Amino acid sequence: MRVALMVTCINDALFPEAGKAVVTLLRRLGVDVEFPAAQTCCGQPMVNTGYLDEAVPVVRNFVSAFEGYDCVVTPSGSCAGSARHQHALVARRSGDSGLASAVAAVSPRVLELSEFLVDVLGVTDVGASFPHTVTYHPTCHSLRMLGVGDRPLALLRAVRDIRLVDLPAADACCGFGGTFAVKNSDTSVAMGSDKARNVVASGAEVLVAGDSSCLMHIGGTLSRQKAGVRTMHLAEVLASTSGAAHPVDAVRSQ
Amino acid sequence: MTGTFVGMPAFPSAARTALADTQLRANLAHATGTIRAKRAAVVGEVDHWEELRLAGAAIKDNTLRHLDEHLLTLEATLTARGATVHWARDAAEACAVVAAVAKDHGVDEVVKVKSMATAEIGLNEALADEGIAAWETDLAELIVQLGDDLPSHILVPAIHRNREEIRQIFLDHMAAAGRPAPADLTSDPARLAEAARLHLREKFLRARVAVSGANFAVAETGTLVVVESEGNGRMCLTLPEVLVSVVGIEKVVPTYADLDVFLQLLPRSSTGERMNPYTSTWTGVTPGDGPQEVHVVLVDNGRTRALADETGRQALRCIRCSACLNVCPVYERTGGHAYGSVYPGPIGAILNPLLKGVGVDAQTDSLPYASTLCGACFEACPVRIDIPSVLVDLRAQVVDSHRPSRKPEAVAMRAASWLLSSESRLGAAERASGLFGRAAGRFGRRTSPGGRRALSRLPGPGAAWTDARDLPAPPAESFRGWWARTSGGRDE
Repeated sequence: MRVALMVTCINDALFPEAGKAVVTLLRRLGVDVEFPAAQTCCGQPMVNTGYLDEAVPVVRNFVSAFEGYDCVVTPSGSCAGSARHQHALVARRSGDSGLASAVAAVSPRVLELSEFLVDVLGVTDVGASFPHTVTYHPTCHSLRMLGVGDRPLALLRAVRDIRLVDLPAADACCGFGGTFAVKNSDTSVAMGSDKARNVVASGAEVLVAGDSSCLMHIGGTLSRQKAGVRTMHLAEVLASTSGAAHPVDAVRSQ
Repeated sequence: MTGTFVGMPAFPSAARTALADTQLRANLAHATGTIRAKRAAVVGEVDHWEELRLAGAAIKDNTLRHLDEHLLTLEATLTARGATVHWARDAAEACAVVAAVAKDHGVDEVVKVKSMATAEIGLNEALADEGIAAWETDLAELIVQLGDDLPSHILVPAIHRNREEIRQIFLDHMAAAGRPAPADLTSDPARLAEAARLHLREKFLRARVAVSGANFAVAETGTLVVVESEGNGRMCLTLPEVLVSVVGIEKVVPTYADLDVFLQLLPRSSTGERMNPYTSTWTGVTPGDGPQEVHVVLVDNGRTRALADETGRQALRCIRCSACLNVCPVYERTGGHAYGSVYPGPIGAILNPLLKGVGVDAQTDSLPYASTLCGACFEACPVRIDIPSVLVDLRAQVVDSHRPSRKPEAVAMRAASWLLSSESRLGAAERASGLFGRAAGRFGRRTSPGGRRALSRLPGPGAAWTDARDLPAPPAESFRGWWARTSGGRDE
C-alpha cells in the first residue's frame, strides 16, 4: 500500500510539528509514508471564498501530486472534506473532463488521520503515552462533513496516562471559518471567546483537535488571554510516547 | 411592523453593532439554547427521522420540478371551491391585490395571521400607505409591531426581547393601538398573555377583513393550511367575512397525503413540539361557515429566479421552521437584524440572494459570507437543504458578478492561486516567511502557552486577525524544508 502524507499548506507553513508527528506515528505503526514534494494546498481557501477559477490550478496541482497513491492521509478534517466534497465542483468549473476524472480517482482516497488509523489500519491503541489533562474539540468539518464520529476520541481514550475531560458545548463551531475569521472578524472573535471560555472551564491543560486551522483560532484567543491552556494537534498527542520528550515539556528545555 | 430593513448595512457591520448588545446576546443565548434542547429531544424520539427528511425533500423536489402544473391545478381547485385566485409577479403586485380587496369592502383595518410571505412583500407598509392599518395578531409579531421594531427570527420574531422589555412595550404602546395594557401589568408570562388577549380580542371581533399566509397549499383539493401555536390565527381565519391569503408559489404540495410528512417534520423542527396546538385547513368558501369571500394571491417575487438556480433551488423546499436559525452559531450571537431581512439566519443567507439576485447590492452580497460553513444548519434542516453547499455556490456567484475585480481580496486570491499551484513558489514563500518570523519582533512578539513565539500586532489586513487573537510566528523551517533537509526525518 502506497501512502502519501498530505500535510496541508497551514501545517507545512505554520505547524510543521503536526506533520512531523504524523510521520512519527505512521512509521511507528509500520506505514512507510511518503511526502510527495509537489503538493501545495487543497484549494479550500479559494473555493470557500468564492474564487473557483483561482482554485482550478491548485486542484490540478493537487491531483497530479497525489495520483497513484492508494491512500492520501491528512491531519485535517477540513482539507480532507475539501478534497472529497469540493474538488469535483472545481473540476466541473474548469470544463476539463481530464481533471474531472483525475479528481474522481484521487479524492475518494483522501482520508483524515483518524479515519486512516481506525478504518484502514484498524487500530485505536497507537501505543501513545501523554500524562496530561486534555480536552478534545471536534472540528465541524470532521464532525459534520466527514462524519468521523467518535474515532478521534476512541484514539485519545487509548492513550496511556492521559486525563481526558469533557469540553462543554464541544460540537459548537469555534468561529474560525477560513476567511470568515477576517471578513467577519467580530463574529468570529465572539464565537472564539465562547469556545475559549468552555476550554478553560473544562480544566484541561491541553486542547486537542484534528485541524490546525481551528486550533490556530482558539489557540490565538487563549494565548491573547494568557489562559494557560495550550493547543496541540491530535497527531502530536498520538505520536507522544513515554520514551520520548513530550512536546508539552519543550518550553522548559528551551 | 412599521420598521424597515431598507438601507441596512452589510452583515459584518450590522453584526458588529449587535454583538455589542449584551441584553441581546443574553436573550438569544437563552432562547436558542432552550429551543435547541426541545427540538433535539422530540426529534430524537422519532426512529425514522432521516426517512421523514428524505421524504420531505423528495416531495418538495418533485413538486418544484413540475411547479407550473401543480400551480394550475391549485388554481382550478381553488376556483371550483369558490375562491378567487390572483397571480402576483412581485411584492408590489401582491400588495396591490390585498389593498384592492380591502378597499372594495371599505375597511381601514385588517387583522393578520402571522405570515412570512406578507412580511417579505412589506404588506403592512404598503397598506399603511393606502390608509389601511394591518394589525398583527400573533403575539410575537404584535410585540414587534407595537415596539416599532423589526422581526429577528422566522418563528419567534421577538426572540431578541425578554419579558421585562415586552412588559414595557405593552405599557408604552398598546393604548395607541387599541385597548391599553393594565397599569399594574407585570412581566409574568400569564399576565402578558392576558393583556395581549384582551387587546387582540377587540380587533378580532371588529375586523371584517383578514389577511393570512399559508404553510401549505394542497393542489388536488384546493386546501390551504396554517400551522400555529396560539389560536389567534384561527380567530382571523374564521371570524371576518373576507379572507385574503398571500402564498408563495413554492408552498404548493400535490396531495393531501403529502401533509402527513410535513406535519410530522414541521412542529418538531420548529417549536420542538410533537404536534402544534392549532392546524387550520380551509378549502375555498364553505357556505354559512367562516369567510364568505376568499382570495388567494400566488406570489412569485423571485421564486422563479431561485428555481432557475441549479444548486440554490433546493432553498425552495424550505418550510420556514427556523431550526437552522436556532442551531446556527453565527445567528445565536448576532441575532436576526444583522441579516437585514425578514429571513435571517442560514436560510436567509441563501434565500435573500436567491430571491433578489447577487451583484446588485453589497448588503445582499455579504449574506453568503455570514457563515463559518460549520454545517449545523444542514444537519438540522427537516427538508435536507444543504445550506453550506448553496452558500459556497452563492459566494462564487458573488465573486463572478464582480469579475474582473481589483479589490484587495481578489488580488490576494489571484496571488494565492499563483503561489499555491507550484511547490517551488510555495517553498520560496515559506523560506521568506521563516525569515520574517525571526525578524517579526516589531509586530508585537509574545509567547503563547506552550512556549511558541507569537505575533500580536500585524499591520494592514492582518490586524483583523491580531486585533483579538495572537498568531503563531512562522517557524524557521517549514515541513517541506524539514523533509528535504532530513530525508523525512531519517537523517535527524
